[in-house]
Amino acid sequence: MMKPKTVRLIGVGNPYRSDDVLGLLVVRQAKERLTGHPVEVREVAGDMTALLDAWDGADLVIVVDAVVSHAAPGTVHRFEVGETPLPGAMFTTSTHALDVAQAVELARALGRLPRRLVLYGVEAGRLETGSDLSPEVAQALPQVVEALCRDVLQALQGPD
Amino acid sequence: MKRRTIKVDYLARVEGEGALYIRMKDGQVTDVKLKIYEPPRFFEAFMRGRKYTEAPDITARICGICPVAYQMSACQAMEAILGIRVKGPLRDLRHLLYLGEWIESHMLHVYMLHAPDFLGYQSAIEMARDYPEVVQRGLRLKKYGNEIVAVVGGREVHPINVRVGGFYRVPTREELQSLMDKLKWGRDAALETVRWVASFDFPDFEMDYEFVALRHPEEYALLEGRILSNKGLDIAVYEYDDHFEEIHVPYSNALHSRIRGRGSYLVGPMARFNLNFHRLSPLAQQAAREVGLLPPCRNPFQSIIVRSIETLHAFDVALYLIENYDMPDSPVVEAEPRAGTGYGATEAPRGLLYHRYTIDDQGIILDAKIVPPTSQNQKAIEEDLWHFVPQNLDLPEDELVWRCEQAIRNYDPCISCATHFLKLHIERE
Repeated sequence: MMKPKTVRLIGVGNPYRSDDVLGLLVVRQAKERLTGHPVEVREVAGDMTALLDAWDGADLVIVVDAVVSHAAPGTVHRFEVGETPLPGAMFTTSTHALDVAQAVELARALGRLPRRLVLYGVEAGRLETGSDLSPEVAQALPQVVEALCRDVLQALQGPD
Repeated sequence: MKRRTIKVDYLARVEGEGALYIRMKDGQVTDVKLKIYEPPRFFEAFMRGRKYTEAPDITARICGICPVAYQMSACQAMEAILGIRVKGPLRDLRHLLYLGEWIESHMLHVYMLHAPDFLGYQSAIEMARDYPEVVQRGLRLKKYGNEIVAVVGGREVHPINVRVGGFYRVPTREELQSLMDKLKWGRDAALETVRWVASFDFPDFEMDYEFVALRHPEEYALLEGRILSNKGLDIAVYEYDDHFEEIHVPYSNALHSRIRGRGSYLVGPMARFNLNFHRLSPLAQQAAREVGLLPPCRNPFQSIIVRSIETLHAFDVALYLIENYDMPDSPVVEAEPRAGTGYGATEAPRGLLYHRYTIDDQGIILDAKIVPPTSQNQKAIEEDLWHFVPQNLDLPEDELVWRCEQAIRNYDPCISCATHFLKLHIERE
């Protein structure tokens, strides 16, 4: 795959809803780890149609969000968005109008998907009001940062 | 004897998660319950022990769609305790910021959540395949609302620039001027939106609501005002608790609000439109006349037109505020904390948002009460369904369920805000 010109990491989440803050923490930490590389970071909350603007103009986009799919808390899911729709039920922890999966499908219908889109979903343990991560998700955090950085560095090593 | 029960487990296109349950017997509705599944709202407890200065930022996190509303009601309450008033260009900036949020929230609801109901689509995604230009227009309108919030508020979602007494930093005239062309496009597109939604088919349905909204002597009230209704209520914000009460209902996490001694009432775009029509911008009034929608509007399905008219108003007023902006000397009115109780009420996109705080002389929050618009409208939503369902019993099952969901979406209910709120069960026995 060709080397991306613009890499954008998008964290989705709410810092006062326990594990929902995870997406924000991951992109902030990844940004620090990737200092010196052409990587931009955005944070998104609320309505997910904002994702279409957040990834506008980027050719590699990685989105990180907390998810609920009834897997064990802290489980890391990774999706390379291709031609088939996402497993919609998973990215619905947002108490928001359109969720991440719907935003992806809306972008697809409008021809506004980035060239390459990767989604990381980390299974949430708790989502009630509060500012602490559950132990399982706290433990998964460095692992997600690591995996995301690896994705970015690999992509940046591709041919121009 | 014929029994029907309609259950809808998951109510789509509502911000959050809820359920509706309706039971019928011999063509009569015997039960309507709007259920709210989100965990109860702990923000009020979460606030206690924190500094008064934190209230705008923390409460902003209650809702991803209307954070500015929470900030504005919180600031107003705290400023009342501190004995300060934010006036002039600082107040204009707050007005502008809030209008940006109205645009964002209304355009999200009109285009992405509610229009598919009227055009027969399950979702905006399907609608986008058939009407890509229309959906793009909606997204662009919404984006320009976001941009106002970003320029004034410092960030598109959850503005970080708002503080008790004003702002951390105020934008320059040039920064605001950079929005002008976009907002002029937005004003035109908002007018097109009014015409577009007014062409939809609306169910023939009206209710005799008590409309409650703020009123301001000079403006289409948004930042402040007295609390008024079409049935005689006229009170100051600090009298709110004397006239309104919140009732816990066992089947819902949200509290139901009612007017003491009277019952349900309605807040939001229709209430504002009916009570404050003459304070809409002349262009917005003209558009309302053009499409034949004048107060009193009592058909909740027509709220989609009202939201579009309010969006036109918002672009129009935003342009005026930017053209007339002079950068203030200081971004904030400074004050020291003192003990007391303060009250704040502003017009969130979905309606009246009430905050009350008590702080001590160090500025520590001792008590907080927050009443969001959706919990105030919950009883009115249920009452709509009590009346709407019997009038539509001849509809096929799936169409009746559809119409009931649409009736709930008329209110643009925001569950994350209302939890103390929503899947939809309709049951027919």
